[in-house]
Amino acid sequence: MIKKTTERMYLFIIFLFLYLPIVVLMILSFNNSKSKVQWGGFTLGWYRKLFDNAALMEAFGTTIVISLASALIATMLGTMAALGIDAMKKRSQTVMLGATNIPLLNADIVTGISMMLLFVRFTRLGMGTVLIAHITFNIPYVILNVLPKLKQSSHTAYEAALDLGATPLYAFRKIVWPQILPGILSGFLMAMTMSLDDFSVTYFTKGAGINTLSTMIYTEMRKGIRPEMYALSTLLFLIALALLLFMNFGPASQKEQQH
Amino acid sequence: MRNLKRQLLAGPYILWMAGFILLPVIMILYYAFTTTGGSFTLLNVSSIAFSVHIKALLLSLKLALMCTLICLILSYPLAMILNNMKSKSQGFIVFIFILPMWMNFMLRILAWRMLLSNNGVINSFLRTLGFPGLEILNTPAAVVFCMVYDFLPFMILPIYNSMARIQNDIIEAAKDLGAGNITIFLKIIVPLTMSGVVSGIIMVFVPALTSFAISDLLGGGKVLLIGNVIEQAFMQEYNWNLGSGLSFVLMIFVIASMALMNSWGDENNTGVW
Amino acid sequence: MSKRLIDLQHITKSFDGQMILDDLNLYIRENEFLTLLGPSGCGKTTTLRIIGGFESPDQGTVIFDGKDITQLAPNQRQLNTVFQKYALFPHMSIAENIAFGLKIHKKSKTYINDKIKYALKLVNLEGFEKRSVNSLSGGQQQRIAIARAIVNEPKVLLLDEPLGALDLKLRQDMQYELIRLKNELGITFIYVTHDQEEALTMSDTIVVMNQGYIQQIGTPQDIYNEPVNAFVADFIGESNIISGLMLKDRLVQILDVKFPCVDEGFGTNVPVDVVIRPEDVELVPPEQGLLAGDVTSLIFKGVHWEMEVLANGYEWLVHATQMHPIGAHVGILVDPFNIQIMNKPESNDERAVESDA
Repeated sequence: MIKKTTERMYLFIIFLFLYLPIVVLMILSFNNSKSKVQWGGFTLGWYRKLFDNAALMEAFGTTIVISLASALIATMLGTMAALGIDAMKKRSQTVMLGATNIPLLNADIVTGISMMLLFVRFTRLGMGTVLIAHITFNIPYVILNVLPKLKQSSHTAYEAALDLGATPLYAFRKIVWPQILPGILSGFLMAMTMSLDDFSVTYFTKGAGINTLSTMIYTEMRKGIRPEMYALSTLLFLIALALLLFMNFGPASQKEQQH
Repeated sequence: MRNLKRQLLAGPYILWMAGFILLPVIMILYYAFTTTGGSFTLLNVSSIAFSVHIKALLLSLKLALMCTLICLILSYPLAMILNNMKSKSQGFIVFIFILPMWMNFMLRILAWRMLLSNNGVINSFLRTLGFPGLEILNTPAAVVFCMVYDFLPFMILPIYNSMARIQNDIIEAAKDLGAGNITIFLKIIVPLTMSGVVSGIIMVFVPALTSFAISDLLGGGKVLLIGNVIEQAFMQEYNWNLGSGLSFVLMIFVIASMALMNSWGDENNTGVW
Repeated sequence: MSKRLIDLQHITKSFDGQMILDDLNLYIRENEFLTLLGPSGCGKTTTLRIIGGFESPDQGTVIFDGKDITQLAPNQRQLNTVFQKYALFPHMSIAENIAFGLKIHKKSKTYINDKIKYALKLVNLEGFEKRSVNSLSGGQQQRIAIARAIVNEPKVLLLDEPLGALDLKLRQDMQYELIRLKNELGITFIYVTHDQEEALTMSDTIVVMNQGYIQQIGTPQDIYNEPVNAFVADFIGESNIISGLMLKDRLVQILDVKFPCVDEGFGTNVPVDVVIRPEDVELVPPEQGLLAGDVTSLIFKGVHWEMEVLANGYEWLVHATQMHPIGAHVGILVDPFNIQIMNKPESNDERAVESDA
């Protein structure tokens, strides 16, 4: 009994530690006062101010475009790569998977700087370079989501389809594709969240002209915190939450949830 | 034949990796070992020995170690409690503890800067209770605090996963052979979760060691980590050779710490006791 | 007869409101090879887990060697378990797995080393000390699981479907190994299985269970030759189970034909179930049989022919060494000794006999 209460207490304290900051931010985003502690009444004014802030809105647009585009391209490249790796011999697979893990384990700052050095040498920094950088760190997440599904999908079912007279393409479309689709979807969503979340790599590869929300908040925060940031935080948190709920409990995850 | 054709699908990915992972690393190596004029030098790398740089590196190591240790101490019992919960909502509760990992990194820093600030929520709360304020903003303590907040889920997740993988009949077999709770914990649970602990440590230690945004925004310019030194070399002094040299040193540290952790983990996995 | 070592008294257990065991009473003698046999969900594994201490009964007591151990934790009981999926410790070598219990009981190094050698020899895996768990086949892992349990010299070894994951040939080999082990160790084995052949081969005593109730306790011969009800008869081997009417002592009417038998004391004109094993049905020329019918199917089984004979509206299953082609008209004869009469189920626990059978 005492053990159980202690356990509950512990869970609750960690829970508070994790969520208190978010909740306070959310509350302050509706606070009709610049104070961080005094409640000045409910307002949507900070949200209005946020939407009137052209620079922030542009950064928001850039963020959405980059995360969608990079996730989409990374999903295509990553899914193809997973199909290719799956067809390889065991030893080549190990090598490929090892290489795939490098960008995941490498320090963000090194990834960002190394790509900046390359880009500056051959082109100008801008939206395109940020996009390439995001695709690069997104591909591994797609591969790591699709490959397990490919391994689970039975080779015999594919061969049975061929045996029954299906062309390889038809067999792929009807047998393999439906089995790996959940992996592709969760890979896409994961890539998108990673892209939305990234700061360091964007910071080094973006150049002067453009900003994503992360770099924008960084620049703003160095000057000081303005309350419309709270509104922005609240919105971004809700977007991430929706994406995640969809990823974990939506259609893409149902097969995984079963076990 | 078909097999070979399918392997070709990995081609674009391999090219992409060569172009945007391998080549950039070669660029770093090139800049690290050359002068601005392009001739070979070791000065960029050896400049890590400058007192400012070595101090920053040591502080980074110290804060990263503290952060990793705190995360480990907080996460292990948490993972155990979560794993022992036999309720149907277990999946959802675990999800709740992992969720903050996915919230925008910058926003998490913003939240703590606001909470910890002199007239922020925490200090106001403490003062109303009659305690003195907690003046930790712009100190290393605030940086560690925020790092723990940022990276905690990265420790919880792998430890929890490795715990969830332990089959119940293994625990029962140990009990059957006479093991009490402490023996089960030390001889069965700890060794079998060691791989999770190792990947948790790597996932926390590496970003903590190389972070520059947290110290920049919560350290008030007074906490200089190796990440900040590198960032300033590139973005303020435009000294790419120096920056690359220091990045090279940082890469070595990251690789070395990972290799160390992995070999330690392997030893413990096949462990002798 | 040796003494009672374990006594289960009035054991009741339910999970999530579902009754698994209802007032179960059972004793196990010293040095006995006792098998709990039944279909899945019959409560056999729960019974074993209650003896092992992994579940505690809602009601009832477990007596071990004269002492009440109902509340004792598994690690304080003098018995060891061999788990269905082996449950070897994956992070330890074979030797460390076997030494686990001994180290906990603070045995000396030389004692432990001797014991490991002895146990590996006993399970025919000498020289495997340094191997890792993952390098072993399923059969080898199961032997190590047995070795790990027996080095602790338990008075009782509990085995939870230990051969379930092995293939047929290996299973048969392991059956002989287990009998040999049991004889060499001279300890009590409590064995759980749903495989009737395994139970008949190895056991001194078989406990047939269904839906939380014990249906019959007896030697393999008893259970096979004299099943007490239709469930046992059907679960153990193949049988013709036919509804009949006990006209009087030693005369039963089946399918409108009067069969002489040897059973007495059922009363007169009482409905009963009649069990006749397929190998006890004799096929004779039509005019010599008690009833006659036509062969409807014929399968060669190696040692015998399996035939089905439709006679008086019932498909009789027959095992015989002499073949009769499909369509042949044959007579059916049964020796009175081979007719087994059983009461129809009536009470609550007897009704478990019917369903699931």
